[in-house]
Amino acid sequence: MSAVEQEAPARFVGRSLRRKEDPPLITGKGRYVDDISLPGMLHAAIVRSHEAHARIVSIDASAARERADVVAVLTGEDLDDLLAPLPMAWVPPDVEVKAPEHWPLARAEVCHVGDPVAVVIGEDRYSVVDAAEEVLVEYEPLPVVVDMEAALEDGSPLVHESLGTNRSHEWSIGGGDLDGAFADAEVVVERRIVNHRTAGTAIEPRGTIADWRQDSLTLWTSTQIPHLVRLQLAGMLGVSEDRLRVIAPDVGGGFGSKLNVYGEEVLLAHCARRLGRPIKWIETRSENLQTTTHGRDQIDYVRLAAKRDGTITGLHVKILQDLGAYLQLLTPAVPSLGAFVMSGCYKIPAIRTDVVGVYTNKFATDAVRGAGRPEATHLVELMVEQLATELEMDSLELRRKNFIPKEDFPAEVASGVIYDSGDYHASLDKLLEHVDLDAFRREQAELREQGIHRGIGFSTYTEICGLAPSRIVGPGGFGLQGGFWESAIVRVHPSGAATVFTGSSPHGEGLDSGFAQFVSDRLGIDPEQVEVIHGDTGTGPFGMGTYGSRSLAVGGESASRAAGKVAEKARRIVAHMLEAAPEDIEVADGRFQVRGSPDKGMTLAEVAGAAYIPEDLPEGMEPGLEETSFYDPENFVFPFGAHACICEVDVETGKIRVVRYVAVDDCGPAINPMLIDGQVHGGVAHAIGQALYEQIAYDEDGQLVTGTFVDYALPTAAELPSFETDRTETPSPVNELGVKGVGEAGTIAATPAVVSAVVDALRPLGITFLDMPLTPVRVWQAIEQARTNGGAGGSAPAGSRPGDGAAPDGGES
Amino acid sequence: MSRAVRVRITVNGEPREADVEPRLLLVHFLRDTLGLTGTHVGCDTSNCGACTVHLGGEAVKSCTILAVQADGSEVRTIEGMASDGALHPMQEAFWANHGLQCGYCTPGMIMVAADLIEKRPDASEAEIRHTLEGNLCRCTGYHNIVKAVQDAASKAREEAGAAS
Repeated sequence: MSAVEQEAPARFVGRSLRRKEDPPLITGKGRYVDDISLPGMLHAAIVRSHEAHARIVSIDASAARERADVVAVLTGEDLDDLLAPLPMAWVPPDVEVKAPEHWPLARAEVCHVGDPVAVVIGEDRYSVVDAAEEVLVEYEPLPVVVDMEAALEDGSPLVHESLGTNRSHEWSIGGGDLDGAFADAEVVVERRIVNHRTAGTAIEPRGTIADWRQDSLTLWTSTQIPHLVRLQLAGMLGVSEDRLRVIAPDVGGGFGSKLNVYGEEVLLAHCARRLGRPIKWIETRSENLQTTTHGRDQIDYVRLAAKRDGTITGLHVKILQDLGAYLQLLTPAVPSLGAFVMSGCYKIPAIRTDVVGVYTNKFATDAVRGAGRPEATHLVELMVEQLATELEMDSLELRRKNFIPKEDFPAEVASGVIYDSGDYHASLDKLLEHVDLDAFRREQAELREQGIHRGIGFSTYTEICGLAPSRIVGPGGFGLQGGFWESAIVRVHPSGAATVFTGSSPHGEGLDSGFAQFVSDRLGIDPEQVEVIHGDTGTGPFGMGTYGSRSLAVGGESASRAAGKVAEKARRIVAHMLEAAPEDIEVADGRFQVRGSPDKGMTLAEVAGAAYIPEDLPEGMEPGLEETSFYDPENFVFPFGAHACICEVDVETGKIRVVRYVAVDDCGPAINPMLIDGQVHGGVAHAIGQALYEQIAYDEDGQLVTGTFVDYALPTAAELPSFETDRTETPSPVNELGVKGVGEAGTIAATPAVVSAVVDALRPLGITFLDMPLTPVRVWQAIEQARTNGGAGGSAPAGSRPGDGAAPDGGES
Repeated sequence: MSRAVRVRITVNGEPREADVEPRLLLVHFLRDTLGLTGTHVGCDTSNCGACTVHLGGEAVKSCTILAVQADGSEVRTIEGMASDGALHPMQEAFWANHGLQCGYCTPGMIMVAADLIEKRPDASEAEIRHTLEGNLCRCTGYHNIVKAVQDAASKAREEAGAAS
């Protein structure tokens, strides 16, 4: 443990300080990509396929090109000088991933609605849209497959003829004696659980501006990973990385949907180089729903083995993952994140997760807030509920019986990962302090007398965050082609103010504020004196970006370590100047002072003065006050918690109202509790959206039928309640801050709580299982079906196959 | 480009004048013609409300109005909310209550909320939530936005009480 751990009490960490980020954002002074204009800037509009699968017979752009305000129309063949197709970063050892080439503009064939076919570049925003409508594309339609189970059947249309199959890859992870567990099981529960396709829908759509000046490119883009975009662009464009600068300015939300290298980023860079003028492209919402990565879209065939006393002994999950037509940056890797934590909060001796990736004529899925972990939590928690029903046990008692006990941590689970910390009983205890279950059951019974159907659902979860220890997830391990450390520079200026450069790239999380709080504590200054710079490859070191709830646990730890190094140097300078021992210098009351002699001390500004005018530094010490840290975590971190949801169902219409939502989360010690609550609120709302309203739906011809915000139903303020939040604090042993991340917690936890609440409300009607989204029509159908069946067995909505847990072989085609 | 039409619109108290295409949306007039980029565009179907401004004292979605329709009107945008260096109480409340994260929906939220509280400072939580229905936020789950609006409303009531 470093000397900085012996600091005096924190002055700023742990307080709900107002955010540093807010003043420009509340006054209209934010700067998002579309707010930037450059001299001579052109605008781009993209011509996209309206066919889900077709051969491009011809493209006639002559009318568009003749327009006075159009500068160029380019098609796929104009991009033949790109050196590489769009990247996909997962190459797991010993697993073949069959992948099609994916270019920024389609070459010869389109494979999903929205596949880009041509780009129109012209003088203004409106005229390029007009011109794009005049580009005539003749298509020869090809057979379409949109259903992932159908895509695995013999004779299915192929999304990519050249691959000879719609099956991209198979990947398995697990441990323990699964066959033995099922052979000895006293009870086996099986379910087919659908986790449907959703969209990230940041309220700022994507957008990019490319500007080549001489031999250098500056690219402003709405992204979570500016450094990785630069690295990949360099390879595709054949330009040395040092000639590229990628800037993520203010980014209006990401939720995983901007954790990618998109074709439009390459396309704009290519076109700007070719035309010698800056070009802007701003995505419309319709384009966003078509061609910004979707999330989830798994069918999970789950089998759970247990003893009659409720002890869970084995879990087998077969995941069919709908990849869509192409692989984006992390597409096939997403379900694996869930597989790592398939054990949930439970001690399960044998688990295996088998993932099968399936191509369909839809846009690519990839990470959306939680990325694989919401799906895992959903199926594990629903299976626990199913088992409780089967055994006629209280589901909370069943959970407690199987929780990994506190004293087992760090705990290795069957997937092979080591949970760093956990105290699941404590979070459930705390949840039940807020939710009086006995009182609710009485209220529930009384309401039922009046014909009101109200139910409660629970979710106890853990997630794998702090992505990631490079040796575990890198090329020789899990197979991601990169390192997953984070970097930071802490620079103290001669005045004593500090600038932090971080490789994290936030888009709303409040990173500047949180980082400033712990850095100022380490350096004995105020948060107002700490500026945090991010999202610009032209400043600071190479960095990995913001995703996977990593910004604090990895990026923050890196900044904290850099600040710790600065403090250590400051301590030596102060000791030298005040003739004390370095170990006797502490940061207290905003100064570096001699322990026990508070009258003897120096401010950081005085230390910086001594460091930058080096007349009297310790022997051999370099001038200046600036340090760098590259931090690669030793392990993941595992936030956890317990959530409860109360819902009311109108059994005449199937409409659901969320009456109450209570979340208890543990992300380690709080840097800023207000920001933690904000993350939980947003995450829970996102999951309620998936559970009740949101669905990316394609018809059988591959037409997107939820292509605008009219059809893709985000929850609004009117649908949601205010949330109740509380925390437990179990520090992670993995990093010095003890933090674990909270950006995805709400999304990972909440869907099973919502669904179980609805099922609990409808249990008297004989309903014991429902698949999301719980739209009124689906719930109403389930109620009608249950009534028809006389209240027995009618437990599934149309389109779901309860009891059909056995995975289909899905013949190779 | 079709025939340009002259429009005169008072924006944040200043008379502005420009020749515009008849089809130019008010939001693009504000953003592209005047450079007032605080008003955002988040959808193409008037669902998200990121573009909300005040037109003649009413909160409206500026992506659904042509600039020519606003000819002769008074428009107030997020840039016109703070005065004499002091934040508008609704801006202050959003900051104090963590009513924003990425900030993209925020200008529209502040404009619609300010309009509501000016007219109905005693609005209930349900009324506030109903009024915000046309403005989408993906970050906050609306919890702290509602809290911010309630906070600003309570301060407005206190002020009205003190003044009377």
